[in-house]
Amino acid sequence: MATTPAVYRNSRSNSVTRMVTDHLFTGLAILSTVLVVAPLVAIFCYLLYKGASSLNLAFFTQIPQPVGEPGGGMANAIFGSGLLLAVGSLLGVPVGIASGIFLAEFGRGSALANAVRFTADVLNGVPSIVMGISVYALIVLPQKHFSAFSGGVALGIMMIPTITRTTEEMLATVPNAVREAALGLGVPAWRSVLSITLRTASPGIITGCMLAFARVAGETAPLLFTAFGNNFWSHNLNEPIAALPLQIYIYAISPYDDWHRLAWAGSLVLIVLIVISVALVRFVASRGTLKANN
Amino acid sequence: MGVGIEVVALNAWYGSNHTLLDINLKIPANEATALIGPSGCGKSTFVRCLNRMHETNPVGKVTGTVRIGPLDIYKDASPVEIRRRVGMVFQRPNPFPTMSIYDNVASGLKLNGFRNRRVLDEVVERSLKNAALWEEVKDDLKKKSGASLSGGQQQRLCIARALAVDPEVLLMDEPASALDPVSTAKIEDLIFELKKQYTIVIVTHNMQQAARVAERTGFFLSGKLVEFDVTHKIFTNPGDKRTEDYITGRFG
Repeated sequence: MATTPAVYRNSRSNSVTRMVTDHLFTGLAILSTVLVVAPLVAIFCYLLYKGASSLNLAFFTQIPQPVGEPGGGMANAIFGSGLLLAVGSLLGVPVGIASGIFLAEFGRGSALANAVRFTADVLNGVPSIVMGISVYALIVLPQKHFSAFSGGVALGIMMIPTITRTTEEMLATVPNAVREAALGLGVPAWRSVLSITLRTASPGIITGCMLAFARVAGETAPLLFTAFGNNFWSHNLNEPIAALPLQIYIYAISPYDDWHRLAWAGSLVLIVLIVISVALVRFVASRGTLKANN
Repeated sequence: MGVGIEVVALNAWYGSNHTLLDINLKIPANEATALIGPSGCGKSTFVRCLNRMHETNPVGKVTGTVRIGPLDIYKDASPVEIRRRVGMVFQRPNPFPTMSIYDNVASGLKLNGFRNRRVLDEVVERSLKNAALWEEVKDDLKKKSGASLSGGQQQRLCIARALAVDPEVLLMDEPASALDPVSTAKIEDLIFELKKQYTIVIVTHNMQQAARVAERTGFFLSGKLVEFDVTHKIFTNPGDKRTEDYITGRFG
């Protein structure tokens, strides 16, 4: 009769220990996941509870009413936020991606690249209120008036470091073999970067852009001295403009109950709009891309 | 049609590391030429000098003359132009992961601005047929990503991609070393077919492979070309003691 090897002799008790450990760590992983997701769900539910009742068609179609008059909405603030984010993205996305490409593809190891990387990291740590004051000094003071343009610039500058660094990191994950394959086909370096490397890294880069977008979409501080806020309709980049976070801020610190309710509704709309735009960009970007595993 | 390659006094460096010392050889057109030698002997560096890929390394440096057909590649043309004439297949299959099979094959032409649909279709079909992959992929050319194929199929896809730009020379840097025996046999059969149209330079660690596919074989050791002759002679009656030691397995 063959003897059981020593390693397997206690296999029964071993397998019990293993099963317990397995379940323990699976349980811990699930618990951590719940802990991560719970605040998001809680915030969303609370916003729904507080804000949903004040939501109606007027909220999306009317501008704010003077104090004491019922009704009114945030149509101008919703539009203003959209305009500010569009200006911000027009500035932040191309500059951020281009500098990320420089860091990862062309400037690797150079003194300039190290300086740019360091600056981006510092910029990422600059408090948003400081960004607002800086843009106030750079644009608002010389122009002598608040403007949507300056607000968009402030948001755009805030987007740059996040986009730069994610672009750099995502490009660094593209295997060198892919670059060599493109160069080996006689594709010029710039073309290879734009059509091959950038495209291979694009899901990560889009995530970085959306992260930056979502972050600045809720920023109030940089808009206080730049976009300033506006109780009326404005489509003009040269005039002060309303923005959702600004309007929420003004309503939330007011002493009126109906304004508080509007602030809750505004917060809900802000979050939902951010989620929708992120999902939309992801959907559009994922069309026409073939996944490696299909 | 393939063209011959003439290498005169070629030296290459990685930083201060002198990896190729005074290489001289003539590679005939429309033949397969194998380069053998132990790891780190410079054979990969050598083929990367034949399509100016060596200089894409920031610390890579080359001196000497390489003539491909009538063209002195370090004098008469840009690296980009050279690499269109001298295709390369790498050690690990490296299809573009986000592209379909079709786009992978068409990439060399498309990325250089070529857009004619009808011609692209023809080139893709012809290249895949030449790479013996057409029958296996013709039904999902645009549906499947290049990265979804098996390793052996991916390598043949990379060969098709290299052939699509219609090169005169095909460099293969250990093209079968990451593949199983069946896929390796397919690649070797392919080399027999391809050398009718192209000049092939193949780096290999597998001496049987060199003996099977190549008319001529060069033996590299420590950055020097020790011996270069017809394959039969290298493997049966080498002129240099070091070659004999290597092919009989006494070192390396």
